[in-house]
Amino acid sequence: MPSDFQQHIHEALADSRLQEAIYTATGRLKDARLAVVADRVLPEYQELRAQANALKQHTIDHLDYYLEQFERNVEARGGRVVFCRDSAEVADFVLSLAKQRGARLIVKSKSMTTEEIDLNERLEHHGLESVETDLGEYLLQLAHERPYHIVAPALHKTRYDVAEILTKRLNAPHDTVPEKQTKLARAVLREKFLAADIGISGANFLVADSGAVVLVENEGNARLTTTAPKIHIAVAGIEKVIPRAQDLAVFLKLLARSATGQLLSVYTSFLSGPRRPGEIDGPDEFYVLLLDNGRTRLLPDRERRQSLYCIRCGACLNACPVYRKIGGHSFPWVYSGPIGAILTPQFMGIAKAPELPFASSLCGACAEVCPVKIDIPQVLLDLRSEAHRRGTYQRVEKLAFGVFAWLACHPRAYGIAARLAALARRVPALSAVGPLAAWLSQRDLPPPPPRSFRQLWRQR
Amino acid sequence: MTNVLEGLGFAVDFPEAQTCCGQPAFNTGYRAEACRIARHFLDVFERSEAIVVPSGSCTAMVTHHFAELLEGDPAARQRAEQLAGRVWEFSAFLTEVAGVEDVGARLDDVATFHDGCHALRELGIQTGPRRLLRHVRGLELREMEPAGECCGFGGTFSVKFAELSGAMARAKLDAVRRSGANTVISLDPSCLMQIQGAASRAGMNIRTLHLAEVLASR
Amino acid sequence: MNSHDQILQQIRTALGRREGQLPPAPPPVRLRVPEVSMEARIASATARLEALAARVCRAETPQAAGAWVAGWLGNRTAVASNSSFLNECGIRRLPGVRSGITDRDELRNLCAACDVGISSADYLLSDTGTLVLLSSPEEARMVSLLPPSHLALLPVHRLLSGPDELFSVLPHPSSVTSSMVWITGPSRTADIEQILVRGVHGPGQLTVLLVDSDIPPI
Repeated sequence: MPSDFQQHIHEALADSRLQEAIYTATGRLKDARLAVVADRVLPEYQELRAQANALKQHTIDHLDYYLEQFERNVEARGGRVVFCRDSAEVADFVLSLAKQRGARLIVKSKSMTTEEIDLNERLEHHGLESVETDLGEYLLQLAHERPYHIVAPALHKTRYDVAEILTKRLNAPHDTVPEKQTKLARAVLREKFLAADIGISGANFLVADSGAVVLVENEGNARLTTTAPKIHIAVAGIEKVIPRAQDLAVFLKLLARSATGQLLSVYTSFLSGPRRPGEIDGPDEFYVLLLDNGRTRLLPDRERRQSLYCIRCGACLNACPVYRKIGGHSFPWVYSGPIGAILTPQFMGIAKAPELPFASSLCGACAEVCPVKIDIPQVLLDLRSEAHRRGTYQRVEKLAFGVFAWLACHPRAYGIAARLAALARRVPALSAVGPLAAWLSQRDLPPPPPRSFRQLWRQR
Repeated sequence: MTNVLEGLGFAVDFPEAQTCCGQPAFNTGYRAEACRIARHFLDVFERSEAIVVPSGSCTAMVTHHFAELLEGDPAARQRAEQLAGRVWEFSAFLTEVAGVEDVGARLDDVATFHDGCHALRELGIQTGPRRLLRHVRGLELREMEPAGECCGFGGTFSVKFAELSGAMARAKLDAVRRSGANTVISLDPSCLMQIQGAASRAGMNIRTLHLAEVLASR
Repeated sequence: MNSHDQILQQIRTALGRREGQLPPAPPPVRLRVPEVSMEARIASATARLEALAARVCRAETPQAAGAWVAGWLGNRTAVASNSSFLNECGIRRLPGVRSGITDRDELRNLCAACDVGISSADYLLSDTGTLVLLSSPEEARMVSLLPPSHLALLPVHRLLSGPDELFSVLPHPSSVTSSMVWITGPSRTADIEQILVRGVHGPGQLTVLLVDSDIPPI
């Protein structure tokens, strides 16, 4: 009985159009990254990665200090910081503030953190209208779907899919030209921006020494979200904090290059507090909601802690031969790809996603491209051991490996077993049995050689 | 491999008590079982002057993972650390220890080289095998595009996620086809088995050879 | 215990830290400011911006800048920020240009209706072609955001080599402004089939006018 996860994988592999879409899109992003981190283009690339890793390690190792510094500096500039344990506390704060201010319409810029906590659903449940403004996210919101990729959320949609969505949800005349589709969305969303009471953003970085929220984007919707409405709320995981403004000289050189192959994304905003006296526009109120939602659970283990270094560039997705075949919707949670494979079991508990750490050939391509040098394969291996310690293994498998280990410590028995296995391969019926049946369905084994190496060696 | 090494003047021994490096258990999360196998490996090999391994993944297991695996046993860990410097993947032994690139081999064919993930990313082996292959008379070496992609074996991954593993192998076969090569050469028997198995399943007429087989050809 | 205290305490327990315990200094970030001539900076910024489909022009004096803008603007409507540099270039007095607005709503409505937004810029980073705009009583955020076309004027000596130099001259942006925005080219998306479309929410047209002027360098 295949699990949900195996079923999703099977469906993804069977959909040839989807296969083409994922493979091409990730291939483009992968090549774009390579072009701008190559030695002759960015000779300091490895040095930057090492610096980014060191900065993240230092910050996470002293996270309480930097969060408190951040909080002080936000408040010194007239903003407010709210620590939230989970999605309910974030939603409660937003709802309560909206009620106090008589707010009805919210615009949102792209934030994986808010997807993580299903914020839109919660707000809508209480009668607020919360509109996604990143083009890809807006289209998905109209289609009631989850994002497919951290950086390219609508990767799996064709222009025909988009035409369908716009006609169905907005009564728009059917048009399959991406430029026209974009113009339509722009016009609709502009009205929302200008009428919205609250703008909710995520944060790519939280700068402790400045009390600042840093937002990185290409469209301009994050700028509009944080400038047009009178209230700006930034929702960010506690791990987003970095010590100093100048540390951005390291991170910003890595982020866009790793994500899309751009040197910098079109807009980088560094926002601290509401508008200052004399400034003509900008929000009157500025809030940063710091979300835990299980992140503190990753802190005790020194090896696991590195999972929190992630700057959400998506490079690991584009490099992963598994992701490139099964895509984002095969994964059980909002984070997909290699980073999703290590975050999901750690946030939700291994029992909720026991197969995920095993859905990797451990090729190491992810670790090679990660700008902050997270050793994803190592965390996957650690999660695999944990899966077994917590009993989410199959008894047969554990028994088999126990037997294997015994044989491997007893050479003569090992030799006998090897000869028996060679003989067994000559019996076709045995190949149709058990887990090996699936393995053998994908490949034909060559016939075993007439004499094994050991036999040859002994005859010299 | 023995032929090539003896041809270069090395005295080769095959300790018959050897069994496995323990990688299948380690990668599947069975650390305790992998520890036992690792200790046996140390017992068998630590008196050897140099240990040459016809597999990138097995080499990486010994040189990169044994120490961490045996962390709980400082004495064993130290033995592992001392052994690591004497364990060589086959092509690396030729280029770095024997210091040779031409072993006098001959093979008339058009081939492509598949970089196994462990050899490429853990051991940093990329140019060595290609230098060795360029000296094989009659052999035309072509590069695959894209290069460096996983063949999809991944040990027990290929059992647990058989369909996905097969799909990854087919992507690799597409790259082989585009290169126009008849033969795929690699350092890792597991990659070769994966690629050969998928090729025969797909009705593709290519053969796979281990680097040692190519270098032993005359 | 409230969430604030609980989360912080959980973090400290996990990390083995005491309340108020000071960390060691963070790893240093060495800001490298290369020696690059002004002409090289202009050439680099121009090349980068043109590769992003933005346009770069140069005016020899503030007066020449004003004349250039008048010609460039044609019949189009424009809103200009209240920048003293724009004043010096005579931009704010041009026909078709509305300026001097200090009311947020009035400015917003105007920006939403105009063809062009004209602002000054505090810096231009030459290695990436990035404009740096600091929000202030003279420079509102909307001017460079709402209108479909954005024209930025700045004195040539405000060209910096890159982010390292920016953080050297401005280590604490939050001490001078609530909003620092880096603009690298016109607004764009590739969300639909990875096809590039410009002018999604921000301006689809970006023009930079570099002005040689007598204003003393920073």
